[in-house]
Amino acid sequence: MRKCALSKLPDVFEKIASEMTLFLPVDREDGRAEYQQWVPGKALSDALTTVKSPKDLFFPQTEDLMRFKVEGKKIAIDDIREDVEPFAVFGVRACDVRSLDILDRVFLTEPRDSYYAEKREKGVVVSLSCEKPAETCFCTAFGIDPLTSAGDVAVWKTETALFFKANTEKGGAFLKIIEELTEDTAGEEVEAVKAKTEKILQKLPLRDVPVNAFGGGKTQALFDRPEWDTLSESCLGCGTCTFVCPTCQCYDIKDFSAGNAVIRYRCWDSCMYSEFTKMAHGNNRVTQKERFRQRFMHKLVYFPENHDGLFSCVGCGRCLRSCPVSMNIVKVMRKIGGKHNA
Amino acid sequence: MQKMTREALLEKARELLSSGKVSAVLGWKKGEFDYDVTPAVFDSVDALEDFVWGDFCGANLSKYLIKETKKHRVLVFLKPCDTYSMNQLLTEHRFEREQVHAVGVPCDGMADINLLRRKAGEGIVSVDSIGEEIKVETLYSDEPVIIDRREVLLERCVNCKSKKHAAFDELLSDAGEDSSSDRFQDVEKLESMTPDERFEFWQNELSRCIRCNACRDVCPACTCETCVFNNPSSGAENKAPVNSFEEQMFHIIRAFHVAGRCTDCGECARVCPEHIPLHLINRKIIKDMNAFYGVFQAGAEVGAKSPLLDYTVSDIEPGAVFDGRDHDA
Amino acid sequence: MPINEYKPLIVAFCCNWCSYAGADLAGNNRANYPCDVKIIRVPCSCRVNPMFILKAFQRGADGVILCGCHPGDCHYTSGNYFTRRRMAVLFSLLDFFGIERERTRVEWISAAEGAKFAATMNEFTKTVAALGENRRLEDLRCKK
Repeated sequence: MRKCALSKLPDVFEKIASEMTLFLPVDREDGRAEYQQWVPGKALSDALTTVKSPKDLFFPQTEDLMRFKVEGKKIAIDDIREDVEPFAVFGVRACDVRSLDILDRVFLTEPRDSYYAEKREKGVVVSLSCEKPAETCFCTAFGIDPLTSAGDVAVWKTETALFFKANTEKGGAFLKIIEELTEDTAGEEVEAVKAKTEKILQKLPLRDVPVNAFGGGKTQALFDRPEWDTLSESCLGCGTCTFVCPTCQCYDIKDFSAGNAVIRYRCWDSCMYSEFTKMAHGNNRVTQKERFRQRFMHKLVYFPENHDGLFSCVGCGRCLRSCPVSMNIVKVMRKIGGKHNA
Repeated sequence: MQKMTREALLEKARELLSSGKVSAVLGWKKGEFDYDVTPAVFDSVDALEDFVWGDFCGANLSKYLIKETKKHRVLVFLKPCDTYSMNQLLTEHRFEREQVHAVGVPCDGMADINLLRRKAGEGIVSVDSIGEEIKVETLYSDEPVIIDRREVLLERCVNCKSKKHAAFDELLSDAGEDSSSDRFQDVEKLESMTPDERFEFWQNELSRCIRCNACRDVCPACTCETCVFNNPSSGAENKAPVNSFEEQMFHIIRAFHVAGRCTDCGECARVCPEHIPLHLINRKIIKDMNAFYGVFQAGAEVGAKSPLLDYTVSDIEPGAVFDGRDHDA
Repeated sequence: MPINEYKPLIVAFCCNWCSYAGADLAGNNRANYPCDVKIIRVPCSCRVNPMFILKAFQRGADGVILCGCHPGDCHYTSGNYFTRRRMAVLFSLLDFFGIERERTRVEWISAAEGAKFAATMNEFTKTVAALGENRRLEDLRCKK
């Protein structure tokens, strides 16, 4: 484990930024935080979560795929993807690290998504252990440990120092960059910080959401539950939950006719939208109830069924904070699966 | 704290449900916490157990009437500002008035959970309003944090335009009065900037837009069956803000499409996950129309003609709207 | 005139009954106006909704002008009165967003005013040329 004084953090950032692009959560004027590229003067936010997740950096909301140009009787196809430079994402919470594992399962299995893969290869994920979980946190219900986070490098913060531990080869190379600024340590202080936060984790009101009521193989049992009617009645059909979610991975591929060429790009899509997966015959989910159910069944039943029991919710609590009508996955789980986990 | 009690609303709901005058009640339902209140339909007296009324019942229930009146005769609880939206929907013939029993609830201003979080800190486990104080318990403070309620009101409540219900079948209190608010102050501040500063201001705000469409979907004036932005054959459909042009186009068109119909209920700004001050765009339009065509409040009365559906032969010319406000250009 | 001099692209929405005929007359009279003005004929100035104007800017227009019958002369009695209100509100809103107010204009041009049509286009093109390229409502994808 390596250690550096908290006061040296700007130097650490500067050193990293001299080698690669650095992204980190930065406080905004409205009191929330967002991932921004580091430039001198920008400080790491203390906020627990950002409005949007770091998913953006690996799977951007919009991404150009290719361009078609008609030249005479031929169509020229250009690959117009942007070059990806090596980059580091600093301060990723454990929930968001898990979300990347979930996205990997979607994008890195065959057929491999080369756009996503390139960013995953060139990006170093530097996680940050949680010190002050919020009441909206329930990552532990999904077996995530917010105190021993994964990622390429794990970081713990105490009041005076930062502790770094490499988890992967890429993480080791990353620590080499800041080697001069850090020193070896056994890291006893880390345990003290962990113990303090552990106490809070025990107090979190949502720690025991009923995950066991969900999972693979439960489609038949849950699909026609009458609760979906009342749960979905307030849903506006906006895409807020989807777009702040670190694991939602649905996208649409669209063509933009720019006059002189056609640009094919992809953008995030939301299963809450009426035109989601619209086909020639129309739409296969015509009511908001069906669309609403799809989102939660996907996260809690279909995904674990297809991916060894892994839920595609990480309990980050973003949708709890952002939903315009405060309808969210915790309410769904508790209404259908009971108040506490059995 | 709201002066009107939950019990008073409940009593009304029970009475009308059990008498069969209505078959459903539109109200607010308690969540996992004291602050995450959800709009909900209650179709039985038993279901009313989860009914709540308090400082976090900001959601405007009028838009749900379109859907619910097709199934039920509905009792709806409306705060003063919500009644304007109902009137506007009636003006546009979006539902049958007979299907609604509107109960006017007085409102003392609603709290903004985001402001509360900034004041009280993270980890809010309980919120309790007593008089003008809000008592907040968090995971990180041994003692409850006491916050002045007036400091955490929603923007639209700070600039409340009216405590008077524009429509109701019955009122739970005495009739309120129009408030004298300074709601155009922020618009004026922007107007006094140079175009470059304004452009920068909006670029900065709109660049955060994630095109979740919450502002549109929550808006009681946005009730098109298919929005132009969702319609693949409109030529304008798009699902993402690809660049600053598309960010601007969406917000200009969204605001313009409700011009003359926007009651300034402030829901768009309340729900924006990125905290973009969207109400300023609508207010700019209201302010301009008031100046050009006389003061008009959408939803003040059913059937009133919006300024954009009307004209006089001596209207201001588009080229003349900037006369008298040339500070730099 | 130097070859590389910047020439703005102007989109002119012209109502079928007055302004389009006015443009026709300008042509018949051999009145000069810049070839960078692209005319789009609409049944009435009232047909133009704000999306048309924004789309014109997106596709590379540097200025958009909307021409209709003189107030009182609308072929459909009142279409241009509605246009007048809409555009007054829209132009003020665009200005609120910091878009240069000189890039948009409404003019009333009758079928008999060929000379006014040409003069208006000359003057508008000059005004927009002085502003330079439209940078604030541009979509770079359309410019590559």
